[in-house]
Amino acid sequence: MQRVLSFLEMFRRSRRPGDLIFALGFVALSAVLAALLPWQVRWLPRLPAPAQPAFWPTIGVAMMLGFGLLHLAATWVSPRLAGRREEVLLWLRSLEYVGWFVAYVVIVPLLGYLPATVLFAMTLSWRLGYRTGRTLGLAALFGLGTVLVFKAGLGVRIPAGALYSGLPDSIRSFAMSRL
Amino acid sequence: MSDIISAVHLLMQWQVIAALLVGSVGGVIIGAIPGIGPAVAIAILLPATFSLDPLVGLALLLGIYGSSMYGGSLPAVLINTPGTAVNALTTYDGYPMTQQGQALRALGLAYGASFFSAIVSILALVLLSSVLAKVAPLFGSREIFLAALLGVVLVITAHKGQVAAAGMMAGLGILLQSVGMEPVQYTMRFTFGQDWLIQGLDLIVVVLGLFAFSQAFVLMVEPEDKPTAKPIEGSMFRAIGEVFRYWRTALTGSGYGVLMGIIPGVGEFTAQFLSYTTARKRSKTPEMFGKGSPEGLVASESANNAVPAAAMIPLLALGIPGEALTAMMLSVFYVHNVIPGPALFRDQLDFVYALYLALLVLNVIVILFMLVSSNFLIKVIRIPTRYLGMMILLLSFVGVYSLRNSVIDCMLAAGFGVFGLILKRLNLPIVPLILGMVLGSIMEVKLRAAMGRVDGLADFVSRPISALLVIAIIWLVFNAIRTGVRDMRVRAALAAE
Repeated sequence: MQRVLSFLEMFRRSRRPGDLIFALGFVALSAVLAALLPWQVRWLPRLPAPAQPAFWPTIGVAMMLGFGLLHLAATWVSPRLAGRREEVLLWLRSLEYVGWFVAYVVIVPLLGYLPATVLFAMTLSWRLGYRTGRTLGLAALFGLGTVLVFKAGLGVRIPAGALYSGLPDSIRSFAMSRL
Repeated sequence: MSDIISAVHLLMQWQVIAALLVGSVGGVIIGAIPGIGPAVAIAILLPATFSLDPLVGLALLLGIYGSSMYGGSLPAVLINTPGTAVNALTTYDGYPMTQQGQALRALGLAYGASFFSAIVSILALVLLSSVLAKVAPLFGSREIFLAALLGVVLVITAHKGQVAAAGMMAGLGILLQSVGMEPVQYTMRFTFGQDWLIQGLDLIVVVLGLFAFSQAFVLMVEPEDKPTAKPIEGSMFRAIGEVFRYWRTALTGSGYGVLMGIIPGVGEFTAQFLSYTTARKRSKTPEMFGKGSPEGLVASESANNAVPAAAMIPLLALGIPGEALTAMMLSVFYVHNVIPGPALFRDQLDFVYALYLALLVLNVIVILFMLVSSNFLIKVIRIPTRYLGMMILLLSFVGVYSLRNSVIDCMLAAGFGVFGLILKRLNLPIVPLILGMVLGSIMEVKLRAAMGRVDGLADFVSRPISALLVIAIIWLVFNAIRTGVRDMRVRAALAAE
């Protein structure tokens, strides 16, 4: 037992709060993927190993599991750090901004790229605490600039908003192709 | 000679010049803002460049890649915050010089060293190109497979103290690139019966998630930071010229930068470490290093800015990217059906020369811009960090949504963004994941192509280059294990005391 402990002691390293939770999660994910290998990839008859469709996914999962276990061992034997709960809560706080982003993605095809972008920039700026007329105005200007550079200038593929079909004939096609 | 004239013609197109101007100036500004960095900017712009001519798109991305480190030295020197990660060592001597009232001198030395090393590395690239043109055709499928495998081994072993984390991320990258329908036997791999996974995971979506979205989320969830810096007064031209007093240090740093840039997976940090250590050993005033030494500053900046041009060598000659930014550029090549590798040197040498010239021109544009723009850039670095997060998120949408107007891509990118945020918060490496995806794909294709001509493992060492690559791989793995065990024993002995 003492020899095992000495061996694990060799892996000790400096780390950050939340590292153990991540390491456990990564190994659990790798183990699940390894267990799913027989169902998710196929080994075909009469083919050498490197030509098998299953070869590279198996290599990937094996690396994840092998190195993941080493990483977990290193984390496990390192000193515990305070602040693990706060760190995980901070990770979860990012989900709010994922939500904001998904809302933006959903409204672009409805409102159109320009109105949705200006609205998103101003709303998110307000949410982040920049609520003065100047910061909100700069956010709107940044949204407008982004649309002008990418959609009007570089012509990136972003579909026209459903709202644009209600615009007067004179500007509808311009709005649909450029804004 | 005709290839060079043709290259000049290619470069003289107004779209290429405009792309270089926008990329260079934009790269400096992006580099100067702590929290963005070239990886975020290139990830966002990547899909937009797919609709451009290949040279125009590459000129834009090269402009950002080659110029961001100039900009990154500004906040490193003035506010002790590196603009890009590779400017971290610049803070060691740059900021103490600012505290001693020598901000202008420090900035001049940083810009001068960056320019000096960029020119040296471009010259090295040009000189090496004739050698490359001869050596590159000797790389068949098995050599390219082994070179990619060497890249994976290097990117894992280069992460000292984080080898296990780098290995598991590289494994995840190899797995992610294999998801979807396998293109030869048409079997499904990790699709879980989902139609949207049949096409596989787009590298750009993963790159955008891990670099751009994650950075936006990091900035928005972390406490506010509003950097401040005082304006600069005096002649920048004279300050830049002082770098020639330290030409030996700059040349050594450039040499390390070129060497480390060529080797896949190693990059700027190792080059800087070697350059800085050598400069301190040779210095008459080693005690000044870390307290405002001009030599330390020159050593650091010359090493990091020599890497971008050198990193193009394995990319152009073998199609093997050495780090995340060249991996992103590789996708621009593929989208335009320009395949880097031996054939590129044989069939499109003018295109290769045009890229070299573009690197040279962008550095001239940048140094001219730096002469007059420092006080403008000081205003830019004052942008509050959470506000910056909002801006990055807004721009990231363009990158991911314009790929194929897919809501699923957006959700995936946001998911990888959260994963990237966790990695960044825990200080775990992201680059091995990206290189795992890119090199995993190359290894799969090239190993399969080599199988027809390989009867057994012995055939992998039957040709000189493949034998050398196998020896290098074995040596690296053996050395990494030996060093790792030795370090851990030392650590365990210290802990026992």
